[in-house]
Amino acid sequence: MELFTNQILAGISTGAIYACMALAVVMIYQAIEHLNFAQGEMAMFSTFISWQLMQWGVPYWAAFVLTLGISFAGGIAIERLLFKPLAKAPILTNVAGFIALYAILNSFAGLIWDFTIKQYPTPFGSSPFLGSQLISTHQAGMIGVTVLLLVLLYLFFQFTRVGLAMRAAASVPESARLVGINTSWMIALGWGMAAAIGSIAGMMIAPVVFLEPNMMLGVLIYGFAAAVLGGLTSPFGAVIGGFLVGIFENLAGTYIPGVGNELKLPIALALIITVLVVKPAGLFGRPIVKRV
Amino acid sequence: MRSRLNLLIAAFSTTVIAFAATTGSALAQKKYDTGAADTEIRIGNIMPYSGPASAYGVIGKTEAAYFNKINAEGGINGRKINFISYDDGYSPPKAVEQARKLVESDEVLLVFNPLGTPSNSAIQKYLNARKVPQLFVATGATKWNDPKDFPWTMGWQPGYQSEARIYAKYLMREKPDAKISVLYQNDDFGKDYLKGLKDGLGAKASMIVAEESYETSEPTIDNHIVKLRASGADVFISITTPKFAAQAIKKMAEIEWKPLHIVSNVSASVGGVIKPAGFENSQGILSAAYAKDGADPQWDNDPGMKKFLAFLAKYDADANKLDGSVVYGYGAAQTMVKVLELCGDNLTRENVMKQAASLKDFAPDTLLPGIKINTTPTDFAPINQLQMMRFKGEKWELFGDIISGELSN
Amino acid sequence: MSAVQETVTEAPAVEAVPKRAMTLGAGSSLVMLALLILVPLFVKNFIIFQLTMLLIYGLAVLALNILTGGSGQFSLGQSAFYAVGAYTSAILIEHVGMNYALTLPIAGVVCFGFGFLFGQPALRLSGVYLALATFALATAMPQLLKLGVFETWTGGVQGLVVTKPDAPFGLPMSQDMWLYYFTLVITVAIYIFSVNLLKSRSGRAFMAIRDNEIAASAMGIDVALYKTLAFGVSAGITGVAGGLGAIAVQFVAPDGYTITLAISLFLGMVVGGVGWLPGSIVGSAFIIFVPNIAEGISKGLSGAVFGVLLFLIIFLVPHGARQIAMIAQQLLGKLKKS
Repeated sequence: MELFTNQILAGISTGAIYACMALAVVMIYQAIEHLNFAQGEMAMFSTFISWQLMQWGVPYWAAFVLTLGISFAGGIAIERLLFKPLAKAPILTNVAGFIALYAILNSFAGLIWDFTIKQYPTPFGSSPFLGSQLISTHQAGMIGVTVLLLVLLYLFFQFTRVGLAMRAAASVPESARLVGINTSWMIALGWGMAAAIGSIAGMMIAPVVFLEPNMMLGVLIYGFAAAVLGGLTSPFGAVIGGFLVGIFENLAGTYIPGVGNELKLPIALALIITVLVVKPAGLFGRPIVKRV
Repeated sequence: MRSRLNLLIAAFSTTVIAFAATTGSALAQKKYDTGAADTEIRIGNIMPYSGPASAYGVIGKTEAAYFNKINAEGGINGRKINFISYDDGYSPPKAVEQARKLVESDEVLLVFNPLGTPSNSAIQKYLNARKVPQLFVATGATKWNDPKDFPWTMGWQPGYQSEARIYAKYLMREKPDAKISVLYQNDDFGKDYLKGLKDGLGAKASMIVAEESYETSEPTIDNHIVKLRASGADVFISITTPKFAAQAIKKMAEIEWKPLHIVSNVSASVGGVIKPAGFENSQGILSAAYAKDGADPQWDNDPGMKKFLAFLAKYDADANKLDGSVVYGYGAAQTMVKVLELCGDNLTRENVMKQAASLKDFAPDTLLPGIKINTTPTDFAPINQLQMMRFKGEKWELFGDIISGELSN
Repeated sequence: MSAVQETVTEAPAVEAVPKRAMTLGAGSSLVMLALLILVPLFVKNFIIFQLTMLLIYGLAVLALNILTGGSGQFSLGQSAFYAVGAYTSAILIEHVGMNYALTLPIAGVVCFGFGFLFGQPALRLSGVYLALATFALATAMPQLLKLGVFETWTGGVQGLVVTKPDAPFGLPMSQDMWLYYFTLVITVAIYIFSVNLLKSRSGRAFMAIRDNEIAASAMGIDVALYKTLAFGVSAGITGVAGGLGAIAVQFVAPDGYTITLAISLFLGMVVGGVGWLPGSIVGSAFIIFVPNIAEGISKGLSGAVFGVLLFLIIFLVPHGARQIAMIAQQLLGKLKKS
């Protein structure tokens, strides 16, 4: 029984990593209705920028805020320079663009900061949280940050003019344009916000997994899985999805005899696909009705 | 057919060139195969400069820098090294393509230090069929020491199995009632190592009470640590690559699990693993080493390391001396140069293998004092000695004798 | 968040390519074939090996093209089918001692079945969801291949070495050249089969589904059957390519069939032109040669150079090689008139 609770707790703490990343995935999906394969690398790059700032002597929170700003601007710049020209190109061509961006960011990070792992500081400390050794204060802090982000995003999309305009621009672009929304800039804004949220995710994840150019490789797969499981249109679903994937993966690894440990990722993914077959829009996503 | 013809023409033309370039007396000694000439020796290499294992690309860059140094100092017996290194992205099919390009298009004398067990397995048969030396491969799998079936393939670093046996011996001697838990990477490295450990424990393999494998695609290995701790083990053997080794050290400190902790040599780098994981979390960790650590202050006055650092300053200023791969590349390149020097003017592939298989007490600058490279025609494992060490303060402290990890004992 | 249902008129993910435009004219096809037959006679064995790989990846891209360009289903999991094909051939050759040529149809059939089965759950998924499902398949495959249970057959993490076949009947050609022509014959046969498949009743059904699934179903097309059939055919062809790949490379190991391969095949399809079958060979050339070019430009930044080259290509020709072919055709047309 103790192992069971421990694995659930360990699952929640890894789940927080996935949840963080899944939020960034949902953010970009809201803006461009697609998964961005370069999202993890963008987050990694942002994290390296914050690390570099700290190396230069900038204090943690100042570096945090600066990185948010740089990432936001960077996200917008990437959209304007690289993806706006592809707006009329087929979706699959855009996906190829994401992959190209992925390669570029990964390669540059490796050249600038090399591949040795780097320690990344946490503002929350890493002592046991509330007496439990399984969740450290950092992981508790990460869960707190994720929930805070979630609330902010909810408020943004539900109650602000820009947030509503963004949703409109993504789901019904023609009508949005008719009511005077600049849909093109809404997409750029979405990229900026996704990059900023990604940078938060990166800065939260790095203390746990260590900072290096390939640190997001695994995280992104799980982030996608979490976002899709929760429903790509729902930030709330993405966060829940993150925790579910984390917990389920651990339980499968512990309790499925024989192959459970070796195959925990495939088993987790198979479960997600099963969920999708039953609920094609994810657990909390809006069902989409197609019209001819 | 065509290839044979090409080869004939190539051989003929080299002879002609050799003839034209030499006068009378020296002719008798100078012998060349494809890839070697009076002014140049072409050496091929395959590295994962891109893709998931790109961290190891540093090895190739260091080697290129080292050969530049050799060339700047006049080359080997007057011949410049032309180091041709290609990227395989850690993909076996690409490695085959690159190996063929090196042999058939660039016409290298030999393929030096290609990285990765899968990639080397993929090109081994081809290179042996072609009788092209596959020299000092950058992987610790045991299978490279097989001169009978693969006389053209040779390893360099200590085998994973040999290293694991050393730990097994140590545990049986120091802690005969140990309950061992093992975390290993689910690939050739982890499996080979686990086998060495079990073979080393022999009849007492039941000392292993828990084993867990992880995939490199997992973001963290925290849950494995939690599970291994629940097994009640009092020894933890970490057969992990640097990132995961550091995660394990950190997580164990967080959950206050303090078994006897052994880290494989792959992840014993002070700068690359221990420091990021935290010195305070790493006290008392055991490992074994064959090379000096670039981040370790105890070697600051070591003549070999001074040479190494001087080389970095002059020829490879961007390199990170904390990165174990840099030390590795330097040592491997130095061994290669040594073999080519021994070859003298007889630069045939056969002689290269002959010289590589008769190294005696050769000690590259970066190996630990007392550890030497020895090979014979029946022993293709250049480095098979290690010394155990314990982490204390901010550096490794070597202890005990230099142990030979030969598989026979 | 809200339970309000969203109604959208979704533009098809893959644009409609008229079926005529999916192939080359007879003249250009013959020129291409002549080139493929003649070139190997004049180059080194290494180049012949590269050309063999060109054909093999070309087949794999073609298979993806049938799935995505033909039936509008998106897959990032082709590496899984490729791996199954490769392992099927390798195991049959090495453990069963079967003739290499006979293993290929078996690899194809096994993969067809595998793809057909995978197509069942995939039926309910579309767009990004299908992308994730196939992506999951591709990530899971190397781990399945490593599994201890199958180790006696697959060789586990160490992989399997495959023997390269000699030219039969004492033909005076190198192993590489023989394998090239062997691959060429299979490639041409599969290409002709694919072109005819897309022209056939099934092909028209695929395309109807691609352009508008609901309309297609209203027209009486058995959407489920044709969608899974497309998956099966695509997987089958990929499996044959995988088997050929195993023979050409002489080695199979889990590390050879990671998600990177699936992504390469996808990029190959985009660069060649989605839905344009002859573009597959162009895409395949992209997969093989562009990384080499990138590496030649800069070793430390080969990934970045590759990314930049890819961006250049999609900026200049967002529709891939098909666009170039169409422009060339227009120019030719003008020339003929004037």
